[in-house]
Amino acid sequence: MKSDIRHPKAEPEEQPAVTRRQFLRNGARAAALTGLGGLAAIVASRSAAKGTVWQIDPQKCVRCGNCATACVLEQSAVKCVHAFAICGYCQLCTGYFEPEPNDLNTGAENCLCPTAAIKRTYVEDPYYEYTIDERLCIGCAKCVEGCNRFGNGSLFLQVRHDRCVSCNECAISKVCAGDAFRRVPADQPYLLKTTSH
Amino acid sequence: MRAETRSPIPGAGKPNPDGRSPKFELRRRWIWFLWGVLLLVLSASVAVAEHRFPPPDFETGHQLPVTTTRPARAVWFQYLDVAVLAASLGMANWLIYKRRSRKGLIVLSIFSVLYFGFWRKGCICAIGSLQNVSLALCDRSYAVPVGVVAFFLLPLALALFAGRSFCAAVCPHGALQDLVLLKPVKVPAWLEQPLSVLPYIYLGAGVLFSATGSAFIICQYDPFVPIFRMSGRGLMVLSGAALLLLGVFVGRPYCRFLCPYGALLKLGAIVAKWRVRVTPDYCTQCRLCEASCPFGAMREPQSSPAGAQALVKDRQRLAWMLALLPVLLAGGGWLGHQLGAPASRLHPTVSLADQLVRAEGVAPKFGALSPDDLALERARQEPKEILTEAAGIRHKFDLGGWIFGAWVGLVIGTKLISLSVRRKRTDYEPDRGECFACARCFEYCPNELVRRGLMPAAAPVEGGVARSGPASATVGGSSV
Repeated sequence: MKSDIRHPKAEPEEQPAVTRRQFLRNGARAAALTGLGGLAAIVASRSAAKGTVWQIDPQKCVRCGNCATACVLEQSAVKCVHAFAICGYCQLCTGYFEPEPNDLNTGAENCLCPTAAIKRTYVEDPYYEYTIDERLCIGCAKCVEGCNRFGNGSLFLQVRHDRCVSCNECAISKVCAGDAFRRVPADQPYLLKTTSH
Repeated sequence: MRAETRSPIPGAGKPNPDGRSPKFELRRRWIWFLWGVLLLVLSASVAVAEHRFPPPDFETGHQLPVTTTRPARAVWFQYLDVAVLAASLGMANWLIYKRRSRKGLIVLSIFSVLYFGFWRKGCICAIGSLQNVSLALCDRSYAVPVGVVAFFLLPLALALFAGRSFCAAVCPHGALQDLVLLKPVKVPAWLEQPLSVLPYIYLGAGVLFSATGSAFIICQYDPFVPIFRMSGRGLMVLSGAALLLLGVFVGRPYCRFLCPYGALLKLGAIVAKWRVRVTPDYCTQCRLCEASCPFGAMREPQSSPAGAQALVKDRQRLAWMLALLPVLLAGGGWLGHQLGAPASRLHPTVSLADQLVRAEGVAPKFGALSPDDLALERARQEPKEILTEAAGIRHKFDLGGWIFGAWVGLVIGTKLISLSVRRKRTDYEPDRGECFACARCFEYCPNELVRRGLMPAAAPVEGGVARSGPASATVGGSSV
């Protein structure tokens, strides 16, 4: 196909080389380009090459439960994670059991977790290990509250970046009761607990 | 504390041989345990960092599992996004200006909907990026990612040269609406003109709320991102579906009457170097393209020069509108200032400070605490910081309200002025600002059909020289 389209900017011959309208347009364009350049310079001086992602500061989290419901995803991107190094491996885990359990077994009526996402396995007398099944966890923070209130605080909430869609502005951060959400560098996307409380 | 509120489960256990239920036994153990905790806490109060329950040394040599940390999307992916954006923009321009191909744009639209829409889940996007940029301008502590800056600048810089090529087929929002447009109806001018002011007002509001760090309302109320994510708040999913349904009949309702980034691009396109033209070479004023634009962007030539009487009337009207502009600016500013205080409550810290002031003297709650109560408890821990921060944000809204109001006044005033200005137009051409460069009108132009070999060339030109090719652009206006 021959491309013999007349150049869009070409004007009929009888017009002067640069009409007033064109002159104004050129001036406005030059001004806009300068403005954009200035804007780019200012913003670039404050920008970070690394992207950022959202994360929960576990020290500020107040375990309000909003993470389970406020995320844009149907099952929240926030899950409970376990810092095994600071866990006490208690037999009576207050993150696992209800405050007044009928018995210290894995029966649903004794457990705090509404979705049975915490697995309790015997290690050695009297220690039990607790692991989170993230497929089941909904990020409701019930176990986190129990563990923080009476235990070492080794259970805490984190945004899981295999699920998070990295909204420009995290929907949970706007309703976070503890103001615990913040942007962190994308190459260090987790704020893991290393000390209890 | 919320844990205690869970209702006890009925049917608890059988009695023990010694007559005490296991529940009673456990409750006793629980009380002992609480005592233990209390003692531990008291004894450990000196060394705060100590564990309540020291992690055990396992005799069986049990290995501790590792806490998994699945990585976020790799940083280099954002450069891929920018590269795809740049390539798509280049492609769109080539398709619009060089190939003049509607089909090509449809293919590119599908690609954009798939890549920027369903694959990237609508985030990163140029529409939202303007909030990041305005937040970065007003908040020094916020570091905006380079990729977001590129998404903001590239389409805008391009619009200054080639118009709204980004809207044509690169923006997933526009592309999605363009693809569902099946039976376009014309929006009457009395409705279209006032509605076309909305994007600028929305833009102002988006900048106001993001610059004050309150909310990214443009993202929050984005109708199509929930569709791309296939998940979201019910109201937004519904409004997205409703807009798409409306989009079957009304061309690109979001782009025309809401999109704040489109408003910026429109400003750029008005002063653009090149523009989209219906005809590949010259306009024969055949009027076939008159109704071709589903977005109401086609402008007809001026029928006849205005008479002196009409001109006087027009000039008077224009003078009135020009005089009205300062009034609108001042009035809008004042009104915006009045709205500043209520609007500031959208900022979580301001609303928390309000709660804090209201709850002064009220005893703190016990028992099950709602998220709001928990936030209030946090505020009570550090009331000074919260109140100072809230006062700072309110101050920003005071100023921002004036600016926003004046902006709205300016937008309305400019609209009124532009409606009162006579345009000189000799051909049928798309409006510079409102044209999305979708390339639909090209196919309505007989000259275009000749160029593409879909129609035989016109009758011989005066002087007996038959037109040689399917499109002899250089002949200019001499043809019949």
